[in-house]
Amino acid sequence: MKLTKLLAGAAVALGLAAGGALAQDTTKVGFVYVGPVGDGGWTYEHDQARLAVEKEFGDKVETVYVENVAEGPDAERVITQMALQGADLIFTTSFGYMDPTINVAKKFPNVKFEHATGYKRAENVSTYSARFYEGRAVQGTIAGRMTESNIVGYIGSYPIPEVIRGINSAYIHAKKVNPDVQFKIVWAFTWFDPAKEADAAKVLIEQGADVILQHTDSTAPQAAAQAAGNVITFGQASDMAEYAPKPRVSSIIDNWAPYYIARTKAVMDGTWSSVDTWDGIGPGMVGIGEISDAVPAEVKAEALALKDAMASGEYHPFTGPLKKQDGSDFLAEGETADDGTLAGMNFYVEGIEGSIPE
Amino acid sequence: MIRLEKRPQPSRAWSMATPLVAVLATMVMGGLLFATLGKNPVEAIRTIFWEPLFGEFAFYYRPQLLVKGAPLVLIAIGLSLGFRAGIWNIGAEGQYIIGALTGAGVGLAFYPMESWIIFPLMVLAGAFGGWAWAMIPAVLKTRFGTNEILVSLMLVYVAEQLLASMSLGLMKNPEGFGFPGSRNLQQYDSAHNAELIAGTGMHWGVVAALIAVIFSYVLLNRHMLGYHIRLTGEAPRAAKFAGVKPARLILFCLGASGALAGLAGMFEVSGPSGQVSIDFNVGYGFTAIIVAFLGRLHPVGILLAGALMALTYIGGDIAQGNLGLPSAAIQVFQGMLLFFLLALDLLTNYRIAIGKPEVA
Repeated sequence: MKLTKLLAGAAVALGLAAGGALAQDTTKVGFVYVGPVGDGGWTYEHDQARLAVEKEFGDKVETVYVENVAEGPDAERVITQMALQGADLIFTTSFGYMDPTINVAKKFPNVKFEHATGYKRAENVSTYSARFYEGRAVQGTIAGRMTESNIVGYIGSYPIPEVIRGINSAYIHAKKVNPDVQFKIVWAFTWFDPAKEADAAKVLIEQGADVILQHTDSTAPQAAAQAAGNVITFGQASDMAEYAPKPRVSSIIDNWAPYYIARTKAVMDGTWSSVDTWDGIGPGMVGIGEISDAVPAEVKAEALALKDAMASGEYHPFTGPLKKQDGSDFLAEGETADDGTLAGMNFYVEGIEGSIPE
Repeated sequence: MIRLEKRPQPSRAWSMATPLVAVLATMVMGGLLFATLGKNPVEAIRTIFWEPLFGEFAFYYRPQLLVKGAPLVLIAIGLSLGFRAGIWNIGAEGQYIIGALTGAGVGLAFYPMESWIIFPLMVLAGAFGGWAWAMIPAVLKTRFGTNEILVSLMLVYVAEQLLASMSLGLMKNPEGFGFPGSRNLQQYDSAHNAELIAGTGMHWGVVAALIAVIFSYVLLNRHMLGYHIRLTGEAPRAAKFAGVKPARLILFCLGASGALAGLAGMFEVSGPSGQVSIDFNVGYGFTAIIVAFLGRLHPVGILLAGALMALTYIGGDIAQGNLGLPSAAIQVFQGMLLFFLLALDLLTNYRIAIGKPEVA
């Protein structure tokens, strides 16, 4: 196609032109964000990691970012824009950027791309994600122990495998410590919308939930829980420490900094290659925020022990015996789920009520 | 003493000039805003307005202007017909979604058959979907006197739920590993709304937008129906005496705007977007309302306004990437544009007079 050649030609020309003056010592890294950098959750943590890259490499690196980029044609334009402006490495940090990233990557074979949470890779496109479900196991344990109404509310974003995996992991571990626990799930169909998230939290609280778990990025559910009084929450993606010690009793923190620094270094050294990275608590991509004093000491100790067991690889959150919601067998005694099953998880485990939206 | 004096007749000169003055005022105030954020205001304004058109990479951005502007113009043209007659379709976003669903639905139903007939069928289905969705508020209004503003707006949220349901269920890509979203129509030749000439950004949606501008111009200026639309808006009582049937007008205006919004959605889903996904809609239906007013509800004005809005979007993203401007600042900048336009609109009907009022 003509455009492909034109763009590739421009990219090559730019690389040559910049090679003399700039690119020799400066690596340009671009970041595309789905929310605002001030969301206090998902995008905030990606931006913190961007700042960590700047700190690590100083003058050797230049970073650029564009926030609030809608998934679809806008994303494709913004990614192209970064590649045209001479980015060497581009992180696209939302699932919906998958096809746009692949499309742009075809036109710029010399630029490296890193797509978060997707499954499509190419010569110059890597994917990376975090095993958030490990953090969910810790949350589930605390939630099961702490709930008095035995109703745990869960704000889902989109019914994609990543989110369903989190719900299952939290439920399995809550059930383990509290056989009477019940999950109520509300789907917000957004990653970031404080108004919708607050509404979802209020609905769940009205239905008797005294623990709210969220898979959306804003602090609005925290605020709703605080207003309601006796409800506890967990920080999502970011620590959300401003709501500690209560309602926020702990959190799952995405720590992208080590990965972003390593990948930038790889581009600088010329050792970058396309990989699929899925790291959890062990390598430090998933962090558990400080468990506050609102949680009794023995529950805290239990949660931390679980965390350590997952970090060392001694325990897997999806260990049998487990059945699917429809009663069919999922995992036999002692069997653990393989990554393929986890990556495409599209069913609830036994005991969760309701159905995954279709 | 400064006061406002009503003009005996709306000023034609001001009506033409206010959009330009509003753009200039936005540039000045926006520049001040960027300066307080510690950015070079001249550089920022230049990046937003100049870079996409004449900058180093204009060869890529100019086609993108068409891609971004076409759905805005197509929807705004439809809306302007109703707005002129005082019929307020606020739900174009919903009609846009439904048009995309019906259009993509026809395409996906034929997969993987290749035939030239598929794309034209998708176009018809897209227009029909948008039309049908707009008929709901239209019929409710003509039959039961409901308020079309509320009904059409509420139906946007219904359409969004349908979109989510389709992305997760019926239209989900069977080869998508359980992830939501349909097959990518860009990879299905018969259903792909590809660029007509590679590298120009010109796809069928752009062609349709231009045709809509011409049709709307002819309709409003040369056709009885257009005359009735204008008359109803400007002098409803006179319109009644002239034999205008309000119900027919409502059905026509809502239907036409729905069909055009549906077309816009269909061209978007089969082209630039490629996929039915939960977040498919990005607010074109609402932005088009701004475009319609920015363009003075005039077909040519809408064409220019659509281009201007597209420019601020694309230039805004470039300014974010190059200068590190926050996206909120860009949104404020776009908001200023509408604010100044509406504020300066006052000068069309009033003039500023200095001194004491004359005693009549």
